[in-house]
Amino acid sequence: MIKRLTLILLLLGIGTLFAGLVMTYVPDEALNLTASYYAERTAEDLGAANIVTAIIVTYRGLDTLGEVTVLFLTAAIVGLVLSQTRGQTRGRSQTAEQDQTSLSNEDGSTPTPFNQDQASPTPATASRQLPPTGELLTTGTRLLLPLILLFGAYVFIHGHLTPGGGFQGGAILASAMLLLLLSDPARRFGHRMIAIIESIAGLAFVGIGIVGILLAGGFLDNRILPIGNFGELFSAGAIPIIYTFVGLKVGAEFSSMLVSLSETEEL
Amino acid sequence: MALIAMITGFILVLIGLYGALSNRNIMRMIVAFTVANTGVNLVLVAVGYMNGRTAPILNDAVPVAEAATRIIDPVPQALVLTAIVIGVGITALMLAYAYRLYQTKGSLDISRHTELKW
Repeated sequence: MIKRLTLILLLLGIGTLFAGLVMTYVPDEALNLTASYYAERTAEDLGAANIVTAIIVTYRGLDTLGEVTVLFLTAAIVGLVLSQTRGQTRGRSQTAEQDQTSLSNEDGSTPTPFNQDQASPTPATASRQLPPTGELLTTGTRLLLPLILLFGAYVFIHGHLTPGGGFQGGAILASAMLLLLLSDPARRFGHRMIAIIESIAGLAFVGIGIVGILLAGGFLDNRILPIGNFGELFSAGAIPIIYTFVGLKVGAEFSSMLVSLSETEEL
Repeated sequence: MALIAMITGFILVLIGLYGALSNRNIMRMIVAFTVANTGVNLVLVAVGYMNGRTAPILNDAVPVAEAATRIIDPVPQALVLTAIVIGVGITALMLAYAYRLYQTKGSLDISRHTELKW
């Protein structure tokens, strides 16, 4: 009871702080200095129609590299934590099975451990039957999967023109993966393929950045390619190429997280 | 308009904090944290909004010459894009650790995990 009271008091305090912030909030009438620089110079300097994309890929490109690195680390740690657990559970579930058999055989003759070892190697996956997925989901997955992949590719290739970009497109690609896993939870994907796509995309991202130092103004400068006509697909220099690699990398990382989490099913 | 979004965001943050502090189940705490995360993102986007302006994408409706007077602040939007992606990563990490904790104790109740309690 006293705990709940402290909690409510704490929330009330934070709520008053927030209320003070909302009360005194005055929306800006004009863009501040940074924002107006981005608004005025993006089209001229970089040729990108989507200013958010220009900020993420070029003006603050180094931060995006850091963000992609954080995401990579997350995917790696999720894979590490879950793979260690998998090794442990396999050992433990086998001992649990052994305990069960020894319990059930308690009244009868005590079984020799040698016989148990021959009986227990049935993999834990076979013992757990998943209910079949419905016809609707299976057929729907087959129909929608190519469309979702195509839409994801569209979103990250057109990131410099329309709302969207590498992160959103990558998330859409990973949602296709999620749909596949929903329609067949026992399906196993090769980690190798995902790792190859991820490494190539990451290397290409950094490589384009270094080419920017050599040929243009600095790291991740998009003007290594001609800026082209404003508003066309092949414009804005290297932004569509960089965002394509970011999209592939983000898609691969989200997919690897999904696959790692789904493989915990085989308890 | 921006005020409504901002108030909603702050309320979501409070709901998330309440959920994270009052529940003892780790899964519920993770869900509460994602709710609070959404609230913070909503507040950030609301701060960048300006009345009567449009999205920071230049096209026929927003010519380049008038961009500075027609678009809203693009910097919070870029920030929130980053925050959403990192939020997904954090959620995945929390879920993985929750699974791992469940493996060690066979329970998702936070009061069972007392190793770091003082």
